[in-house]
Amino acid sequence: MWFLAACSFERESAMPQPSISKSMTAGESGLAVVFAVTAFLCVIAAAKALDAPFAFHAALSAAASVAVVFGIVNRYFDRPAELPPAEINGRPNYNMGPVKFTAVMAMFWGIAGFLVGLIIASQLAWPALNFDLPWTSFGRLRPLHTSAVIFAFGGNVLIGTSLYVVQKSCRVRLAGDLAPWFVVIGYNFFILIAGTGYLLGVTQSKEYAEPEWYADLWLTIVWVAYLLVFLATIIKRKEPHIFVANWFYLAFIVTIAVLHLGNNPALPVSVFGSKSYVAWGGIQDAMFQWWYGHNAVGFFLTAGFLAIMYYFIPKRAERPIYSYRLSIIHFWALIFLYIWAGPHHLHYTALPDWTQTLGMTFSIMLWMPSWGGMINGLMTLSGAWDKLRTDPVLRMLVVSVAFYGMSTFEGPMMSIKVVNSLSHYTDWTIGHVHSGALGWVGFVSFGALYCMVPWVWNRKGLYSLKLVNWHFWIATLGIVLYISAMWVSGILQGLMWRAYTSLGFLEYSFIESVEAMHPFYIIRAAGGGLFLIGALIMAYNLWMTVRVGEQEVQMPVALQPAE
Amino acid sequence: MKAILTLDNLASGLVTTIWTPVFVAIFLAIIAYALWPRNKAAFDEAARLPLREE
Repeated sequence: MWFLAACSFERESAMPQPSISKSMTAGESGLAVVFAVTAFLCVIAAAKALDAPFAFHAALSAAASVAVVFGIVNRYFDRPAELPPAEINGRPNYNMGPVKFTAVMAMFWGIAGFLVGLIIASQLAWPALNFDLPWTSFGRLRPLHTSAVIFAFGGNVLIGTSLYVVQKSCRVRLAGDLAPWFVVIGYNFFILIAGTGYLLGVTQSKEYAEPEWYADLWLTIVWVAYLLVFLATIIKRKEPHIFVANWFYLAFIVTIAVLHLGNNPALPVSVFGSKSYVAWGGIQDAMFQWWYGHNAVGFFLTAGFLAIMYYFIPKRAERPIYSYRLSIIHFWALIFLYIWAGPHHLHYTALPDWTQTLGMTFSIMLWMPSWGGMINGLMTLSGAWDKLRTDPVLRMLVVSVAFYGMSTFEGPMMSIKVVNSLSHYTDWTIGHVHSGALGWVGFVSFGALYCMVPWVWNRKGLYSLKLVNWHFWIATLGIVLYISAMWVSGILQGLMWRAYTSLGFLEYSFIESVEAMHPFYIIRAAGGGLFLIGALIMAYNLWMTVRVGEQEVQMPVALQPAE
Repeated sequence: MKAILTLDNLASGLVTTIWTPVFVAIFLAIIAYALWPRNKAAFDEAARLPLREE
């Protein structure tokens, strides 16, 4: 909790405090009471729990609730009577505490997630590495890896950058006092419950929606608070126009809420146990799952990160967006098309044929908005291409957009049924996902954090651009090793599975195809290892930026020239 | 007697099909809005928004 204190409440305003009597706000007292009651209920749930993981999670929630009550009361005693003003001398008094918190958490979860990825990649190459223990088996560590990188790392980057961008582009302080803190801490507590649950075997076995019912309920509350904070900030904006990045963030927040509610309705076996049964059954369940799954790709991993692209690339390149009109058109095209693409995950299954064809058709149409976004991002550099040589952060952002274009070309191609008949269930899918995840989502997140950390901590610049350069090249090499290994491995796998002898028998047994994968699995693990090393370099660089970076001298407001 | 309030009646062919032309019309309206010559200046201004903040 030490960095919470470090993040919170910088009082830039050394204004004399008027002597008004200090009292708790409705939010402070209300939340304190709610969490005190929650702590009590969680203790009861822990005592009556039917299974050990549920008891653990209830106890953890009770402890966290008590800590929250303590934190709220402590903050109340530490703070001045008046809450921080919305403006100081006519300039917005931005609330960067929650943003700093997410930046720290993103870096932490990123390294944890990449590390777990490296472990399971190594387990595939050398299966003995699961140590024959349930907690370290591939089946439990794999969702830990995917959730840690997508929801923990990516989620913190998205929440953090969205809270930053919405303030800056609306020129107004973040709405709410405790609400933004509730969002960022509550979200990370959800990650903690989800992640420890996977290790203990708690899962509802829906890919990318593994957390059980109680974690889902908690996430729903946190997410609604997030939506309200974001919307309330937009509503009180000082800038008349709602900048396009905010549209993308809003689409991300709203759609994730809808997807989460659609895919996760479940009936717990008991309110004191972790196990639940999902409301949907059979092929409807499968369709709901991949409607959810693919739109998590579309609105979490695409729309949200496109918002980052639209704010951070112009800012870093110091160039306006290439075509604002294109940004509007490709935003709405993305919204209208993405939601139908899910069935391509269920080609050649019991899903009706027409639904499969529908999914394929919409996936192919997605080429257009995807490339619209890519072109817009890349062309924003017109007139500033030389900066790619000197600024490794901008290079990272631009390469991420190139990977976005590449993986959104590959995805529609793989959704074509005949291509899918070769690629599905093979490592090609893993390669495709990682060119998007490492190249696009990873690099655009790294670029955004490299930009944002000096800005929110008031530093002149990064500790070392040379280290960013090292990060860039090591991670790029890692991605190339990863995805090329998986392409070769995947196509080899697909071809081996469909090879027949002249007598009509299958030519290879399954285990022969597994054996053929071995060298590629080692190359893949090496690629993942390089990506992890890059992230460690980044963490050191950001740490040093905050610790020893030169303070940005802020011009006293009074001395600013009149506009 | 024929029941009026059934799922089949509610989700009749018209109700489930009408969304296609409605969405297409909305999308065309958005394209027109984005490309309307009179809006160009405002959009060019908005494209610079990240560059002119404090």
